[in-house]
Amino acid sequence: MAEEVLRVKDLEVQFKTAEGYLSAVRGISFNLKKGETVCVVGESGCGKSISALSIMGLLPANGRIANGEIWFDGKDLVKLRQDEIQKIRGNDISMIFQEPMTALNPVFTIGFQLCEPLRIHQNLNKTVAAKKAVELLKQVGISEPERRMKQYPHELSGGMRQRVMIAIALACEPKILIADEPTTALDVTIQAQILDLLNELKQKFNTSVIMITHDMGVVAEVADRVIVMYAGEVVEEGDVETIFNDPQHPYTQGLLASVPNVDREQEELTAIPGSMPSLNEKIEGCRFHPRCPFATEKCKLQHPSMTMIGNHKVRCWLKGGQVSDDNINSQRDAL
Amino acid sequence: MTTTLTAKETLFEVTNVKKYYPIKGGLLRTTKGQVKAVDGVSLQIYPKETLGVVGESGCGKSTLGRVILGLEPLTDGQLVFKGQDITHYRASQLKPLRKEMQMIFQDPFASLDPRQRIGPAIEEALIIHTNLSASERKKRVSDLLVEVGLKKEHYYRFPHEFSGGQRQRVGIARALTLNPSFIVCDEAVSALDVSVQAQVINLLKRLQKDYELTYLFISHDLGVVKHISDRVLVMYLGSMCELGSVEEIFSNPLHPYTQALLSSIPRPEIRKDRERIKLQGEIPSPANPPSGCRFHTRCPLAQEICARKVPEYREVKPGHHVACHFA
Repeated sequence: MAEEVLRVKDLEVQFKTAEGYLSAVRGISFNLKKGETVCVVGESGCGKSISALSIMGLLPANGRIANGEIWFDGKDLVKLRQDEIQKIRGNDISMIFQEPMTALNPVFTIGFQLCEPLRIHQNLNKTVAAKKAVELLKQVGISEPERRMKQYPHELSGGMRQRVMIAIALACEPKILIADEPTTALDVTIQAQILDLLNELKQKFNTSVIMITHDMGVVAEVADRVIVMYAGEVVEEGDVETIFNDPQHPYTQGLLASVPNVDREQEELTAIPGSMPSLNEKIEGCRFHPRCPFATEKCKLQHPSMTMIGNHKVRCWLKGGQVSDDNINSQRDAL
Repeated sequence: MTTTLTAKETLFEVTNVKKYYPIKGGLLRTTKGQVKAVDGVSLQIYPKETLGVVGESGCGKSTLGRVILGLEPLTDGQLVFKGQDITHYRASQLKPLRKEMQMIFQDPFASLDPRQRIGPAIEEALIIHTNLSASERKKRVSDLLVEVGLKKEHYYRFPHEFSGGQRQRVGIARALTLNPSFIVCDEAVSALDVSVQAQVINLLKRLQKDYELTYLFISHDLGVVKHISDRVLVMYLGSMCELGSVEEIFSNPLHPYTQALLSSIPRPEIRKDRERIKLQGEIPSPANPPSGCRFHTRCPLAQEICARKVPEYREVKPGHHVACHFA
């Protein structure tokens, strides 16, 4: 059993709005083992990106961690001061963002941005850092790395920019790499290249990866374990084979059925009716019940907790769910 | 369904269409070169079919859609719609035809005026193109809203009150207002989450059956294209690679680019044994496309002839066209 590098416990993230504090992430718990790739899947607004930003300590100004713990290296990241977090961010835990054009600074050269983490976290001087930066660019498969060092982000194509982002994220050989939709903005042939690169680098450095995505195809390609999120909660968690071959939660089943499959003939796609609830919508009982084809009376009234089925966890009444003790609905109403 | 049609029943005849954009630069803003966004595309669109257009960003698929609708003037080529040559039509001549051709855009939020209510936004086309009375127009809009799965009460709502999927339904309602026969869907479902995307695809398929619509369905998502199309056109850097029935393209792809595209799609299932054709490098710039076959710089099968000679676009099987020296 590989050692655990990260443990998130009951994480709840709230945002300040005109209607008071609303929870975007409602008590999620998971752990990450060394060298493992965990994929967090869900549709926009399910809280997957916000969870990642909380781990990085990068929540926007109107967001706060209301509850929970994030354990890394014997420390609870939630309780650390900004300067302590800064020593970890970009060094032990780093992140790749979805849109490499907005994540890279347009007024600095690639070289400068690549050297920055090396100089801050590893105290390397300019020349040593530059040498290492060229090495990194080579590793992520960028041709003519010396010339690229002097170029600005707008001079590179989308795929190349994403490679630079990966190089920056890997500069300090982090223990954990968080990739937030790293290939969503890229074309399929480039996406295949980037996914291969990530897999290859992961093997080489034995990095643990949290990959956030909405694309079930990408999940099947890279994941060891999968966490399915819906409306701020984890609804199902299991290893990748179980999630794809034996999904238990109606939402996971719906997600898999609604992807148009190139290898199969389908007359009509099985869509999930309705859409993701917004933050201010009050939902009693199971948060998926308004869209669930199997919802019963019980689902409308009581919030289910995570139940172990074989080797994976499901939050559903139909799969032997139990009354949730972390009743976040009532907590929020009290606020 | 395409095999039963004869050439006479063509809805749209597109012949050798080219669209170049000038690159201006220098002191006097002289033309320094040209971006060949669409470079010689010929095809027929048959009534009641869905023609899918796939390719990566910059391959000219969106430009092709805009050119066909007459939203961009052509650099060269010919467009024939229902037997009329509309290539050189002026805006006033095109106006009556606009009723027949509509477009659904990728981002329905950007294509709706945030300060205009949904009802009036859909109604606008009726005011311009018909002489229905105000109450008749309102009835028509309400019916349309119901038709696309919204409610009559939504008439007075603003765009920001809708979710992404609902906004796309508004976009579809707007395209349907004038009973068109031909709709260009430019990445119409790409911005939506999968569960909602499936709803909208099912809606588009139902409307096609009910209203006998013809779609030109532009998308980079091969799964979606396979699901909705009857025939598929694969484009690369402004030129046509392969055109054929959806079964032919997906089960018997002949062009190496089509093969690579298909093998690059991440499949939502666990199969560790899958072989992937890896394409090296990036898509070249359409301002300076490679010589000969445009794909030769990334093609795993490229030979010396590919850099020298442009492959002929030919019919290898009835209805299956390909542009490759070795197909």
